[in-house]
Amino acid sequence: MAVTVRIPTPLRKLTGNQSEIREEGGTIREVLKNLEVHYPGIGERLTDESGELRRFINIYVNEEDIRFQDGLDTKIKLGDEVSIIPAIAGGAE
Amino acid sequence: MNEEVTLPAVLGEEILAHCRAVRPEEGCGLVAADASGRPVAVIPIANALHSPVRYQMDTREQFDAMKRIRREGWSLWGIFHSHPHSEPSPSPTDIRLAYYPECYYLIVGLSTDPPKLRCFTMVDGRVSEAALTLVP
Ligand SMILES: [Zn+2]
Repeated sequence: MAVTVRIPTPLRKLTGNQSEIREEGGTIREVLKNLEVHYPGIGERLTDESGELRRFINIYVNEEDIRFQDGLDTKIKLGDEVSIIPAIAGGAE
Repeated sequence: MNEEVTLPAVLGEEILAHCRAVRPEEGCGLVAADASGRPVAVIPIANALHSPVRYQMDTREQFDAMKRIRREGWSLWGIFHSHPHSEPSPSPTDIRLAYYPECYYLIVGLSTDPPKLRCFTMVDGRVSEAALTLVP
């Protein structure tokens, strides 16, 4: 099942500057696994040592945040758009 | 400070107005540039932490803003936030969480009158200040 993955600018140096990638997978977890196969190094930017989504990374399938669905096990279907969105955060302290 | 950056004054005013409006919380948002790289729009985003010393952009609003930027044919030019009670220079937290090395980070300091607006780039933990000029 091929879906479109939108790559945010901070990660494009790992994808040869591509902003959109076609990737296979039935769940987000599978898509991320395949991304790492094709673009080594991207996986550790998205998930931690235990394989869970990093705190400052958000992933949307179409219009919905996967944290409010089944997380990395969220199923995807043909033609879905997956967006990877690093949080923007900081502060005076 | 070697890089020179210009921002239309009206956008600077919008940034300030938003940061004043949400004070004492830190305010935050995005600045979009058109295809020629000129900043054209300020998009305020809610601070999901509602804190006077920390910010994290509301995920949904950030997602919607990024989509709008893409659909308009714009690009993400800058990221702004305010320091309601301190100098507008990047804190260790700001530097650690700066994931957008190609963007300008604008910081508003509201502890002075008039407020200060400064511009930085943050790349892999290295901070450099750019000379920011507000233009008509
Ligand atoms: Zn800050």
